[in-house]
Amino acid sequence: MTTRRTFLSGAAAGFAAGLLPARAADMPGVTDKEIKIGQTMPYSGPASAYGVIGKTETAYFKMINEQGGINGRMINLISLDDAYSPPKTVEQTRRLIEQEQVAFLFNPLGTPPCLATREYLNQKGVPQLFVATGAATFSDPEHFKWTVGFQPNYQTEAGIFGKHILATKPNAKIAVLYQNDGFGKDYLIGLRAGLGADKAGMLIKEASYETSEPTVDSQVASLQGSGADVFVIAATPKFAAQAIRKSFDLGWDAARYVTDVSISIASVLKAAGFDKAKGLITANYGKDASDPRWKDDPGFKQYKDFVDKQMSAKDLVDSNVIYGYDAAICLVHVLKQCGADLSRENILRQATSLKDFDLPMLLPGIKINTSSSNYSPIRQMQLQSFNGASWELFGDVLQG
Amino acid sequence: MASRLAWGLAVVFAASAPFWMSGYHLYQGAQVLIYAIALLGLNLLTGYNGQLSLGHGAFFAIGGYGASILIVKLGLPYYVAIPLASAVCFVAGFLFGFPALRFGGLYLALATFALAVATPQLLAFKRLDFLTGGSEGLHVPKPGPLLGLPLSVDQSVYWLCLAVAIALFAIAANLLRGRVGRALVAIRDHPIAAESMGVDAALYKTICFGISAFYAGVAGGLDAIAVGFVSPESFGLALSLAFLVGIVIGGLASLGGVIFGALFIEFVPNYADQLTVYFGENAKALPGAVYGVMMIAMMAVAPMGIAGLFRSLAQRLRKA
Repeated sequence: MTTRRTFLSGAAAGFAAGLLPARAADMPGVTDKEIKIGQTMPYSGPASAYGVIGKTETAYFKMINEQGGINGRMINLISLDDAYSPPKTVEQTRRLIEQEQVAFLFNPLGTPPCLATREYLNQKGVPQLFVATGAATFSDPEHFKWTVGFQPNYQTEAGIFGKHILATKPNAKIAVLYQNDGFGKDYLIGLRAGLGADKAGMLIKEASYETSEPTVDSQVASLQGSGADVFVIAATPKFAAQAIRKSFDLGWDAARYVTDVSISIASVLKAAGFDKAKGLITANYGKDASDPRWKDDPGFKQYKDFVDKQMSAKDLVDSNVIYGYDAAICLVHVLKQCGADLSRENILRQATSLKDFDLPMLLPGIKINTSSSNYSPIRQMQLQSFNGASWELFGDVLQG
Repeated sequence: MASRLAWGLAVVFAASAPFWMSGYHLYQGAQVLIYAIALLGLNLLTGYNGQLSLGHGAFFAIGGYGASILIVKLGLPYYVAIPLASAVCFVAGFLFGFPALRFGGLYLALATFALAVATPQLLAFKRLDFLTGGSEGLHVPKPGPLLGLPLSVDQSVYWLCLAVAIALFAIAANLLRGRVGRALVAIRDHPIAAESMGVDAALYKTICFGISAFYAGVAGGLDAIAVGFVSPESFGLALSLAFLVGIVIGGLASLGGVIFGALFIEFVPNYADQLTVYFGENAKALPGAVYGVMMIAMMAVAPMGIAGLFRSLAQRLRKA
C-alpha cells in the first residue's frame, strides 16, 4: 500500500508543478470547443502494419469535425508512436495524461503495450477505452474498471467453436494445434469453457508450436495419430496454412476449425491450396470488403464513401481500416451519449452501457452491448465455411 | 580543466532536475540515464576494445528480467535484486567473451546479433512461464521513496538512476585512465603489438565483455523498476540496434559521448513522430523514415559523433 500512496502523492506533486488549470479538474481535456483524446499506436517497429488503424481513426474524426464536431466540440485525437515497445508506451501515455492532459485513451493498440499502462491508467482513473487487442484479460471490470475491450477476444471465438462442436458432433474427439503464447493459450481456455466442464474430456490431444519453428507438420501428424475427428487450428497465418495443407495431405478426415486470425483468402487459403482448404469452418464478426455480396449493403456503402473521400483506394479491403472505422464510429456514439457531461466518470459510464448498438461494418445481427459487468463490446460472431472459392456464412449469430 | 567544469555543471544540472521538472519529464530523464549506462557499457566494449556487439539488448534483458523475477517472485528489495541480476550479467558476458575471442569484427557482430534475435523468444519460452510470466510479462512494483525521504516515485527513481550512473561513470573513467584502459585500446589498435608487450589479450577481452554486460544489466534492472513492467516486446532487436546507434551518434570511445547518444535515442524518435505532422497525413505512418533521415543528417554533420564534433570545435577555437 505504501507504494500506491507514494505514487498518488507523487502524482499530486506533479499536478501542482504541471500548472494545471483548476477549472478543468472535473472534465480534463475538455473545453467548450474541443475534446482532447489520446492514443498510442505502433507507427514504427515490428507491428507497424497496424498503424493504419490510427490513421483511419484520425481521418474519421477529421470528417466528423468538418461536419461540426460533437455537440459543437471538435475531436482532437493525439495519436503517438510507441513502436510496440512497452517502455515507450508508458512514456507516451504519461505524456498524454500529464502533459497533454487528454480526457481519456481511445483504442491504444497491442497486448503488451496495454498491459504496461493499464495499472497506471486505472490508478489515475483515466478511461482506457476500446483497447485494440484480443486478449481476454482486458475485460476485467472487477479489477480494472477503467479498461474496456472492443473486438471479440480469442476466448469468445474458441467458446463459439466449442458450442458448435457440441451441437453438431456430441461425441467428437478434438485435437488442437495452438501457438505457444497468450493468443494460443486463450484459445484453449475458451474452447474448454465452450465445451463445459463435464465435456472438457472431449479434448483428447493438444500440440503447441513456437513461432521460430519452420513447420508444424510433425505436430499435425501426431494430432492425427490421436484418432481425433475434429481439428481446431489456433495458429497465425503461416502456420495455419501449413496445418490446413498437411491435414489434407495426410488424408485426415476431420471437421477443421480455424481461428479468424488466419482466414485471409489471399494470404492463408491460397497458400494452403483452395481445394485443400475446402470445408474449413471459422467465425467472423465483420464484413469482408472484398466480398461482392455487400455491394449494395448500406453499411458497406457508407464505409466505401468514407474511404473514397478520406483514405486511398487501396485501403478499401484492408481489414485494419475497417476495424478503425468501426471503432471510431463507436466512440463518436459514446461521446454523443455523454451530452454535456464529459467527465471521465461519465465517459466510462456511457461506454459501458451500450445497448444493441449497430456498426456499419459488423455482420447483420451482430450488436454492441456493454454493461458494468460486461466489458467485451463485440461478443457475437457468425460461423462461416469455405466453399473452395469464398467464405459462406451459415447458421445464426452466436454468442461466446 | 574545461572538461571537468563541463562534467561538474552537467552533474549539478542533472541532480537539480527533480526540483523543477514534472513527473513525466523525470521519467524521460531516468530513461536517458538508463540508456547512458547501457551505452557506456557498450562503448567500453566496442569503442575502447574494438569488439562489435549487436546484442547488448540481450544483457539489458537479463538485467531487467533478472531483477524483476527477484523482486516479484522472491520478494527481494530492488537494491539487492539489481546488483544480483547485474552480477549474473557479468558472468553471462564473461562466458560469452570466450567464444567471442575466436570471432573477429563482423563475425562477432553476427554472433551477438543472434543473441539479440533469440532473446525475445527465449523470454516467452513456455517452460519458463512460471518465472517470466510468458508473453504477458511481469509487473514490477514501484520502489518506495529513496532513503525514506519524502519523495515521489518519479523523483526517487530518477535520483537512484543518477546516483548509479555517476558511480558507474566514475568507475569507467578510473578504469580507462590506468593500465587497463591502455591495454584495452592497445588490443583494439594493435592486438599483436599489445600481446608482445605482455598484455594478456584473451583475459582483457573476456573481462571487458563481462564488465560491458554488467553495465547493460544494471541499466536493464533500473529500467524494469522505472517502467514497472517487463515483457518480451520490451527487449526486441530494435533495442540492441538503438544502443549501437547511440554509441556511434554520441561518439565511439568517448565517455561524454554516451550522454549525447542516450539523449538521441530517447528523444529523436519522439521528434520524428511529431515531425510527420508536417509531411501531411499520409506520412503519419513514416516516423521510421524521418528518424532515418535525421540519423543520416547527424552522421553527415558529425561523422565522429557528437563528442567528436565538440572536440574538433574546441581544437579550432584553440588554433584561432
